[in-house]
Amino acid sequence: MFSDFDFGVIQRSLPYLIKEGLTFTLTLTALSTIGGVILGTLIAMARLSSYRVLQVAGAGYVNFLRSLPLVLVIFWFYFLMPYILQWVTGASSPVPVGAFASALITFTIFEAAYFSEIMRAGIQSIPRGQPAAAAALGMNYWQSMWYIILPQAFRNMLPVILTQTIILFQDTSLVYVVSLPDFLGAASKVAQRDGRLVEMYIFAAIVYFIISFFASWLVKRLQARIAIIR
Amino acid sequence: MSYNWNWGILLEQSPEGIGSYLYTLWLGLQWTMLVAAGAWILALAVGSVLGVARSLPGRWFSPLATAYVEIFRNIPLLVQLFLWYFVMPELLPRSWGLWVKQLPNAPLYTAILGIGLYMGSRVGEQLRAGIQALPRGQMMAATAIGLTVPQAFRFVILPQAYRIILPPLTSEFLNTIKNTSVALTIGLLELTARARAMQEYSFQVFEAFTAATVLYLLLNIAVTFAMRLIESRVAVPGLGVLKK
Repeated sequence: MFSDFDFGVIQRSLPYLIKEGLTFTLTLTALSTIGGVILGTLIAMARLSSYRVLQVAGAGYVNFLRSLPLVLVIFWFYFLMPYILQWVTGASSPVPVGAFASALITFTIFEAAYFSEIMRAGIQSIPRGQPAAAAALGMNYWQSMWYIILPQAFRNMLPVILTQTIILFQDTSLVYVVSLPDFLGAASKVAQRDGRLVEMYIFAAIVYFIISFFASWLVKRLQARIAIIR
Repeated sequence: MSYNWNWGILLEQSPEGIGSYLYTLWLGLQWTMLVAAGAWILALAVGSVLGVARSLPGRWFSPLATAYVEIFRNIPLLVQLFLWYFVMPELLPRSWGLWVKQLPNAPLYTAILGIGLYMGSRVGEQLRAGIQALPRGQMMAATAIGLTVPQAFRFVILPQAYRIILPPLTSEFLNTIKNTSVALTIGLLELTARARAMQEYSFQVFEAFTAATVLYLLLNIAVTFAMRLIESRVAVPGLGVLKK
């Protein structure tokens, strides 16, 4: 069955796959996790605030993005971004956006909807006495959020955030639909150039599996370590 | 913005010659719903087997089901679809591989198979959680009154577990619908692919994607509403009290 396989193609293309592809994928995952958590936390705070407008806007953002497929959102931003930049900068024609920047903005905005649900649960898990005590000490809203609530919420939710990051890592493979050079895109490029689809796609699957599996295992260990015994 | 809006484009003929652009989007929505329905049935079947297997005592069933879940959860859906579509026919015996490649509507079957098996691992995890949420006494009482283990699952455990996990199953079904869009990479002409095609033919990017977005939102609302209806239909008065 494997007699006419050419596993040499993997070895030959490995430097390209790792230096271009995997670097793109991992950088995109890391940066959009950071961006997504920050934006998601702000949205969660908006949904939990006492202002009706902010509540509705936050809920609308989350529900809207969560009912759309990521592939469609990737297309949206891929085509929309040049026009937005033109509008912002006042240029005379749509401004071309780099592949990486386009993907990063898309994933930050899309994943923020999911991260905000996690952070909302995290903030709600903090006992009511905590913000009350912070207010009694004379802290204002931002101080009590920054010093008291968010650090605890973040710690409680860290395993869930990291699990979502693993999902995000797998989701980045979808930038394939706009031909960006992520890991799968690079593998697919080599596969089509050399006519070695079978070898390259199996190899890509194994790499994704090993990284995700190992990361999940680390998250499980972390969860056991940081769990607060109540 | 220097973009020329032209909403009338939706009613113009598409160059594929089958009707207006709006009609091609409607066809895409039908494909999306067909694949989602097929994949969901497969996912429920696979997930039920996995969920039960992971709750069984013994050395064989549970690890096998765990291995399935780990493999299908840790590989991106897109890569899985590529494996089913490009790689599997090559690994089959030659004559079978040829038969698979010549199947009409191969993307349709591949999408249902790939998405169904992928979502099956997630449904299985939900069901396992639902079964674990039941008090141990349920199983004990069932076997104490003389039910065999299969009977206990059929008449006592599963009817309760499925009711518990109905809300998460709703969101898994919505995920299935959204995941059908990944199948455009293997040539399935579902809603997102139709919007993309409309954009390429007509250059009216934002009308195409706006129309697709609206259709997805409507589909979501319809499904959420239907699942709420099912939830209230199958609810057993007082069953919630049993929890804890």
